[in-house]
Amino acid sequence: MSVMWRLADGGLIDRTKPVRFRFDGQAMTGYAGDTLASALLANGVRLFGRSFKYHRPRGLLSAGVEEPSALVGAGVGGRFEPNTRATDLFLYDGLDAVSQNRWPSLSFDAMAVNQLIAPFIPAGFYYKTFLGPPSLWKLYEHAIRAAAGLGKPPQLPDADAYERRAAFCDVLVVGAGPAGLSAALAAARSGARVAVCDLDARPGGSLLGDPATIADQSSTDWIASAIAELEALGARLLFRTTAFGFYDHNMVYLAERVTEPGAKPTSGDIAQRMWRMRAGAVVLAQGAIERPLPFAENDRPGVMLAGAARTYVNRFAVKPGSSAVVATSADDAYGAAFSLDKAGVKIAGIADLRSEDEISPAILRRARERFEVVTGAHPRAALVGSGRAKGLEVLVDGRARTFEADLIAVSGGLNPSVHLHMQAGGGLDWNPRRGVFTPVSPRQGQLSAGACAGHTILSDVVADGWRAGLEAASRLGFSAAAGAAPVVLSEPLDAGVCAFAPAPGAHLKTVFVDPQNDVTMSDLDLAWREGYRSVEHMKRYTTLGMATDQGKTSNLMGLARLALNEGRPAPDVGLTTFRPPFTPTTLGLWVGEDAGFHVTPLRRAPLYEQHAAHNPPWQAVGYWRRPRAYIRPGETLATAALREAKTVRERVGITDVSTLGKFEVSGPDAAALLEKVLATSVSKLAVGRGRYTFMLREDGFVNDDGTVWRTGETRFLLTSSTGGADRMAQLLSYVRNVLYPELKVGVANVQEHYAAVAVAGPKAREVIAKLFEGADPPRHMSSARGSMAGVPALILAASYSGERAFEVYVASHSAPGVWAALEAASADLGGCAYGLEALEILRVEKGHVETGGEIDGRTSAHDLCLEKMLNPRGGYMGALAQTRPAFSDPNRLQFVGIESLGGPIPEGGMLVERPGFAVQGHVTAAGVRVLEPGYVGLALLRGGRAREGEELMAHSPTRTMTARVRVCSPVFHDPAGERYRD
Amino acid sequence: MMLIPCPYCGPRAQSEFTFDRPVEAITRPDGSAPELIRNLFTRDNPKGPSRELWRHTYGCRSWITLTRDTVTHEISDVTPVGASQ
Repeated sequence: MSVMWRLADGGLIDRTKPVRFRFDGQAMTGYAGDTLASALLANGVRLFGRSFKYHRPRGLLSAGVEEPSALVGAGVGGRFEPNTRATDLFLYDGLDAVSQNRWPSLSFDAMAVNQLIAPFIPAGFYYKTFLGPPSLWKLYEHAIRAAAGLGKPPQLPDADAYERRAAFCDVLVVGAGPAGLSAALAAARSGARVAVCDLDARPGGSLLGDPATIADQSSTDWIASAIAELEALGARLLFRTTAFGFYDHNMVYLAERVTEPGAKPTSGDIAQRMWRMRAGAVVLAQGAIERPLPFAENDRPGVMLAGAARTYVNRFAVKPGSSAVVATSADDAYGAAFSLDKAGVKIAGIADLRSEDEISPAILRRARERFEVVTGAHPRAALVGSGRAKGLEVLVDGRARTFEADLIAVSGGLNPSVHLHMQAGGGLDWNPRRGVFTPVSPRQGQLSAGACAGHTILSDVVADGWRAGLEAASRLGFSAAAGAAPVVLSEPLDAGVCAFAPAPGAHLKTVFVDPQNDVTMSDLDLAWREGYRSVEHMKRYTTLGMATDQGKTSNLMGLARLALNEGRPAPDVGLTTFRPPFTPTTLGLWVGEDAGFHVTPLRRAPLYEQHAAHNPPWQAVGYWRRPRAYIRPGETLATAALREAKTVRERVGITDVSTLGKFEVSGPDAAALLEKVLATSVSKLAVGRGRYTFMLREDGFVNDDGTVWRTGETRFLLTSSTGGADRMAQLLSYVRNVLYPELKVGVANVQEHYAAVAVAGPKAREVIAKLFEGADPPRHMSSARGSMAGVPALILAASYSGERAFEVYVASHSAPGVWAALEAASADLGGCAYGLEALEILRVEKGHVETGGEIDGRTSAHDLCLEKMLNPRGGYMGALAQTRPAFSDPNRLQFVGIESLGGPIPEGGMLVERPGFAVQGHVTAAGVRVLEPGYVGLALLRGGRAREGEELMAHSPTRTMTARVRVCSPVFHDPAGERYRD
Repeated sequence: MMLIPCPYCGPRAQSEFTFDRPVEAITRPDGSAPELIRNLFTRDNPKGPSRELWRHTYGCRSWITLTRDTVTHEISDVTPVGASQ
């Protein structure tokens, strides 16, 4: 069986290295150098998958990344890679591949029943289901969703490691085919640092499937000597590397497949590497992709691009069929006929769309020596037997004629690959005879060469590559003598005529334009009839070109059909945007090393180790980690938090507040700057005094809050929240440097320079008095300088918890010693350390607003009951914006307190009259009373300031919690502030 | 991934910079309310050269103004702003 399809000799496979693999559970063998596609062909496999919507049987269309139909899942477990093109997967020992989109098996797919309902599910049917009754839609939506998609995603975390690298070169050459290698040689010999990339496993490009003579050598020898010379000249050669995105300023992203999809990397290695290559100049030598022909049943197994058929014979030594008919509109496919013939495939004939005089005479004569060539032949339909192609019907002068063959090798000409050129920015020139676009007007000076510039004859391709390489190098100043371009003698070849229209009478419902998304010619006509006439609408309505192959073999045919319906030339209709990536990229490539533990940076505050010793549950605040509570044996997070809060209210607690934003602002204009940034005044602060403050955004909403202290005549210390610290830094810098550069003031971000520990509670003063030397503990809202535990310390007396409190500021590296001293001193008085949960309970009881809770970017100073603190002189950031009419709407969400009339209040819950009624606000924070029973919370309520005493429900359907609450003042504990005021 | 020539650091990748606003939208908070609101919310979207305020946030942190062509992404006339720090 397999012996029959594999040729006895020839090809670029290594017959000394057999490779064992499985396909759909069946064990098979191939050779090193095979792709999965060629190995399956050699094993007689002709059925590769089932189509997306209709579950039609599909075979192999191509030998490259443009393959729309032969998609498999490769690998197992965490290495499973769905939607892998069988043509883009090189065989390795132990490869386990499965076909997709079929159940229970490839040969018997129950979903093929979709073909019976095909008339009801043309392109766009899904949008029309939205017009029906919603209740019905909810029924069939499940079926549609289950049926959608091709491959199944892996169920386990990615087992592989990935890497990203940045690199530079003078000349990047994309493609190592004849044009690319010529360009690379020219540039490297000129003295430039060259990088060459190719998505194939080996260099050669089109020469691998279509060998020729270059510089009096076989192409195999020429390629080898070119590579050797490039290596000697120090060029960077990257194979299995796809240039998938061309970005600004000659930045090209490359995806290197270090390991084949699904394979286990050799020990310690990575699966894929992303290169961010910044080039001085880029030469694009991506080649061209062959186009199929439009005829009925043109998606059947057995229909293959002619160049691919030739490649399977010449490169992989496999016969893709036993008998073949070649249907073409260009000369290039004749080479496929010759190669197939030499391999022993019976040629039923060549059906050429063109008239006799359009075909190169030498080629025609050579062909006619061996087979029948029918000219003016328009393919109309593939003949089908057992689901596969068994022949081709063509129209010649209006009369039907059939060729019997199990391989229909088609060619609608070669389409220059302009993807990267267009991503870089550029224009396209239309060749109406060939029906192709060629690249022009490169916006970043990118040089297209060879087949992707429109050349089809090898001698032109090689010469064009040489020219481009020289030009790229000389533009950068490299002009060492490069010698002469390689000499190639090629016979003239006609590039062909466009073949976008099916023969008259062809059944359009089976003329497939985009096989991967099952888009037919009749779908394109339907879209046009329904009014979707711009190319963007046609694409999205029919999903033409939107599958994983991005329409590499179908976009132009779709465009031509639209142009025909519109009665306009193709270039007037326009093209959709070319976007990266050129071929699908796996997510791991973009993540690189930022996975697992490294997914975000970890910022450790100076006392991180001290907290970690207690193994607390951590709260992520930005990139910081702060301890939520110090849980003792027998405690839960909730009971620990309540114990800590109680300890603060009854005795003393210490907590780490080092992550707060801190800024030193000093200079003669320090107060002036602060009064432009802060919404409160500061100039009246005496030296040694501080106050609560807050800042607005430019649009008038509250940005963050904090405290500000005058520590010297012209010196201030400004604190902000942890989460808002970076925003504050940016704002201070903007105001100081951009808006008021003339002010005499310096701003230093000292967030990481100072560690800070808050000591709070009735016994806090005792703790401070015991340890603070050089000055008395400051009174409320005053500061004092002295030393503690032998290091300089600044103490700010401010209370967040509602008890008398002191914040001790020391240099970060001194923090551990100070923390230890404070911990010991407070423990002596029955105190303890407290974490974020207790901090939250305490601040809720005191009605302090918090950034991220009540300060959520949508609340104004008035909403938060802070308007009395606004600087009456104005002139600060956001002052003018808050005069806008909407800010005085009495029905705005306003800050209130809520007390529960029953059980706990759901945080984040909605405030409603009754569940199901209109939402009037939400609970921003929920907590408990500390020294007495009771549940309280803070909320934002529409018109809340005028609704004290009202009863509402706090309702959370996601937590299934509801509480009856009363609107009240947010200050529950010690409203007069007697516990900390002097 | 544009290459932006920082006056202090030389050509650096775009990812090191943050865009702030068009230069004409820079408004002091002590001006007129209508002007401030307009500059904040009503901005041109030029097709072509755009004079912009950027910051080399992940480099030297200086503020710069530059001209960026919104179509070609060509960067030109990069100048430092005020008392940069």
